[in-house]
Amino acid sequence: MRQFIFRRTCYSIVTLFILSLTIFAVVRLTGDPALLMTEPGARPEDLARVRALWGLDRPWPIQYAHFLLNILTGDLGTSFNYRMPVSELYFERLPNSLQLALSATLLSFLIGVPAGLLSAVRVNGAWDNIGKVVALTGLAVPGFWLGLVLILVFSVWLAWLPTGGKGDWRNLIMPSIALGWYFAASLLRLTRSSMLEVMRSEYIKLARLKGLPGYVVIAMHGFKNALVPVLTLAGVNLVVMVNAAVIVEVIFAWPGIGRLLYEGIFQRDFPLVQGVVILAGCMIVLVNLFIDILYAYIDPRIRLTK
Amino acid sequence: MAITTAGRGTEARAAGRWRGKLSAARELPLLPIFILVPFAFAALFAELIAPYDPTMPIPGAKFFMPPYWMEGGSPDALLGTDFQSRDILSRLIFGARVSLLVGIMGTVVAGSLGTALGILSGYLGGWVDQVIMRVTDAWLALPALVFAIFLATLLGPSMWNIVTILGLVYWTRYARVIRGEVLSLREREYVKLAEIAGASSLRVIMRHILPNVLNTTMVLASLTIGVVIIAEASLSFLGVGVPPPEPAWGLMLSEARSTLMAGKWWLTVFPGVCILLVVLATQLFGDWMRIRLDPQQRNL
Repeated sequence: MRQFIFRRTCYSIVTLFILSLTIFAVVRLTGDPALLMTEPGARPEDLARVRALWGLDRPWPIQYAHFLLNILTGDLGTSFNYRMPVSELYFERLPNSLQLALSATLLSFLIGVPAGLLSAVRVNGAWDNIGKVVALTGLAVPGFWLGLVLILVFSVWLAWLPTGGKGDWRNLIMPSIALGWYFAASLLRLTRSSMLEVMRSEYIKLARLKGLPGYVVIAMHGFKNALVPVLTLAGVNLVVMVNAAVIVEVIFAWPGIGRLLYEGIFQRDFPLVQGVVILAGCMIVLVNLFIDILYAYIDPRIRLTK
Repeated sequence: MAITTAGRGTEARAAGRWRGKLSAARELPLLPIFILVPFAFAALFAELIAPYDPTMPIPGAKFFMPPYWMEGGSPDALLGTDFQSRDILSRLIFGARVSLLVGIMGTVVAGSLGTALGILSGYLGGWVDQVIMRVTDAWLALPALVFAIFLATLLGPSMWNIVTILGLVYWTRYARVIRGEVLSLREREYVKLAEIAGASSLRVIMRHILPNVLNTTMVLASLTIGVVIIAEASLSFLGVGVPPPEPAWGLMLSEARSTLMAGKWWLTVFPGVCILLVVLATQLFGDWMRIRLDPQQRNL
């Protein structure tokens, strides 16, 4: 187990290393970082000063070492617009994004898992067909467009819900649906296929042969085991939603990380954009590591195979 | 059949052949074809079909004209006009070109890059495999949209930049899957025999590996083209995609946002429905291809 954790941690460190290298290289290959690090319309002497200040006139390997060192010490630069360290801004917005993501995850879980279960229990039945339609539209309806239509219907026409901003629970309903819709569909698909796979296994046959009633077999033997991959997907989704809910947060004026990124793009605030991207990558790598270790802890087959 | 006369036998055979053709037609994914053909047609012949120039105001038309069946609408602009009194219908028709072009080209770039790297990784193994797979892991760790936004802010908005960006963001999925396939293909007899016969790595890859993974690439491509189209719309919506005044569906949605509160629904609904239909059709088509090409998937 210790060996597994060690190996897995090493992989994550390599991944983070390559991620930082990618970001570093992409910035320098596509243009002049000094132009990005200064506010638009800077004079040439300002550019020169910025190059000297950030060490952009030095060779790439030294620049990269500095870049990496800065990340490791948590210094991701200062936002032009907010005049605040990027990491501080990120962690200030994190609770808001987390709140929205949790509520969207809960919603997608409540829709996706029961629907997937029903589809799997009655394959090709009416429920399965409804489930297929939901899964398909969930993947085809862009979440942001769904958000716009929800605003049109429930805020503009019916005037039931506020159009955006952060307030009480009513502000959470529409962004959660817009964000969770896609994941509801993917959870549905996964629950269904995972459940079908489990229901074909030997211990389900045994449970049936023992004469257990159908619902006990489905709930206690089938569902419990089918839930494992579903929970992983939900966990990964949650982290992705925290960091990638850009458009939904923009549409609903939700003060989260996605909107922070959008403000960064809009105001040409490069340190902010780069910082958010780095932090998002780190968070996802760490959560993946955590999930993998948790799995190895639960399921010995994982830690024993290579 | 055995007792029938020759004449009737021919008839029966003809009927059988006819029935065979019918069932082949029934097997074709009709719904996606019915949806995609008009959009492809619009994209190809936009200049001929569109009633107006999509980037210029209709002379003499009002701003925000509703669709013609509503009060205040006129048959001059069937689906209404936008904030610059441009014709929505013409913009949708030209927008089909942008969406399909970016969707297809982005998928082609991602698919070629991913397949090539996946084959190299799987076939050559060793440090090449390690490097490619570690890069794949790292790139997969970033949420696709966040990564695309990051690249788009660096490269600046233009249609071909978006194609490059989406190619760079989505190749990783292909590389992973293709590598897995190649790992098992590499152990097949005919590959081993070709190697023993002295075929170069390049020849083995081109003759024996590539043709066998192309099916998978096609299925992945047809399933991800919708994702790429939505990604393009998202980037355009955020202002880092196709630049105005180009008529892209995502951009139209973004321009419609400020008037959504005023209840000008047609500006939001029509472009969204177009995206929805195209993505839905490509999804259905992808599912159909997957089932056609991989019988094991049929129940899942």
